[in-house]
Amino acid sequence: MIPLSHYLIVGALLFAISVVGIFLNRKNLVIILMAIELLLLAANMNFVAFSHYLGNLSGQVFVFFVLTVAAAEAAIGLAILIVLFRTRGSINVQDLDRLKG
Amino acid sequence: MTGLSTHDFWAVAPEIYVATLACVILVIDLYVRSVRPCAAAYPLTIATLVSAGFLCLDGLFEPTETVLNGLVVRDSVSAILKSGTCFGTAAVLFYARDYAAARGLWRGEYLVLTLFGVVGMMAMIGAAHLLTLYVGIELLALCLYGMIAMERDSVRAAEAAMKYFILGALASGVLLYGMSLLYGLTGSLSLQAVSGATGTLEVNSLPLMLAISMLVVGLLFKLGAVPFHMWVPDVYDGSATSTTLYLSAVPKLAAFAILLRLLSTGLGEWIAIWQDMLLVAALGSIALGNVVAIAQSNIKRMLAYSTISNMGFLLLGFFAGTHAGYSAAMVYAVIYMVTTVAAFGVILALSRSGFESSDLNDFKGLNRRNPWLALLMLIVMFSLAGIPPTAGFFAKLMVLQAAVDAGFVAVVVASVILAVIGAFYYLRIVKLMYFDEVEEGVLTVSAHGYRRSMRWVLTVNAIGLIAVTPWIGNVMDLIGRSLMGFGLS
Repeated sequence: MIPLSHYLIVGALLFAISVVGIFLNRKNLVIILMAIELLLLAANMNFVAFSHYLGNLSGQVFVFFVLTVAAAEAAIGLAILIVLFRTRGSINVQDLDRLKG
Repeated sequence: MTGLSTHDFWAVAPEIYVATLACVILVIDLYVRSVRPCAAAYPLTIATLVSAGFLCLDGLFEPTETVLNGLVVRDSVSAILKSGTCFGTAAVLFYARDYAAARGLWRGEYLVLTLFGVVGMMAMIGAAHLLTLYVGIELLALCLYGMIAMERDSVRAAEAAMKYFILGALASGVLLYGMSLLYGLTGSLSLQAVSGATGTLEVNSLPLMLAISMLVVGLLFKLGAVPFHMWVPDVYDGSATSTTLYLSAVPKLAAFAILLRLLSTGLGEWIAIWQDMLLVAALGSIALGNVVAIAQSNIKRMLAYSTISNMGFLLLGFFAGTHAGYSAAMVYAVIYMVTTVAAFGVILALSRSGFESSDLNDFKGLNRRNPWLALLMLIVMFSLAGIPPTAGFFAKLMVLQAAVDAGFVAVVVASVILAVIGAFYYLRIVKLMYFDEVEEGVLTVSAHGYRRSMRWVLTVNAIGLIAVTPWIGNVMDLIGRSLMGFGLS
């Protein structure tokens, strides 16, 4: 039987990878969208692991809601990406510099 | 687990009502063709919001109950805040109409997204469960991203939407991770059960502190408090002013509600862990908001920093954890919403198609061009700065009073000094309007182009900030009574 801590470490690693992916990425916005998905999956990992070890189903129900929200979020994120590309012709993170002050 | 009764559904009737009518309005707008945009959808939306506002007030001061298997709580706080959300959004749409129509934003989808955002805020306000809280936050946030990005030809709006999307998603991710840890520690997602698990956990345990820190970070991000404020000025500046109005004013009521639900109902017993974090965030927000706003030349950016400092004051009422503090924070949130709606209302009244009226210089000599709008703006600025006898003064007074009573005198002294520094940039607008001449070459619009009805509503909105003064005690009593049962003392 795999102990709970192993799952939590995987979840924490996924979380760390996605946060690093959002902050260190200077090139491509699509990678940021991927990192955001990973962030939600890291939390899902925790929920499922806890739910199994606590013998309590509500964590798994929560995961379904998070997955639904993640799908909606990805759709809106890609839509904004397309709007951005149409107006500016680039999805480079460093080009997001019109708003300053 | 028990079955659901009709009573459960009556308790969430306002949410069901608004969500259903949002779908109906979407379809109606598709089939009604008219010369004017949203000829049918707009009156329907306003009617929906106003009737939902009254519907929410039904059951005010009835005993608190938790419905839908513990997902939603129905109490006086939620009745007041939900109805405030509905009426506030109706006012927002009323002001936004001409501005958005001139920029091609006034489409059925815009109204429907607004309505779904209202449903999200109502879910946040009534949340008794982490699931309701999360779904409510996301529903509001997704609608806001969409509304900002709807201005498709604007480079700035697309950039603002992207920045808001990335930082908002990061914040929800952190919040969600905190929720998952809290679930693992307490074994439940219901806020009542979470607070019931107090005795079983050590206060100093690292996982608990991590979970609470992540929840607080997520909340501060959503609130736009220092050190997670970076998105606020860019989003306010980049969005169309009608959208800025919506996202800056109304969600603050829901933001107060989720702070109350999560920190007071859920984590109230662990106040020692989150109190210091909120204190630092509050002072940092007041300092940064008031000082950086001085350097702004764009009024939307200036109001963004003003929001940051106002959120600092809201947190100042909150962090003491007392009943007086919570009521002060709620009064603050309500008055802040009314004031902000009026401030953006004046900016929208001054805007034309092709003219944004977002530069501070556009306000030069406004008193000559339109004395009445200048007077209303004067009242709003006095209220934001906290000058008596406006409502903003009493809001600040109550918050500071609550913090003094809780024994944080040094904090109060510091924030009063910073608020005085902040008064500079509010009063600068008054100076520009009354004592400066219009510069040659600056586009001067006579500012009579706005609707007569808008003039009346704007007048009631701004004058109300002064006219409420004799009854401000009743407002405070009402809110204090509705918060009975929250807080330490």
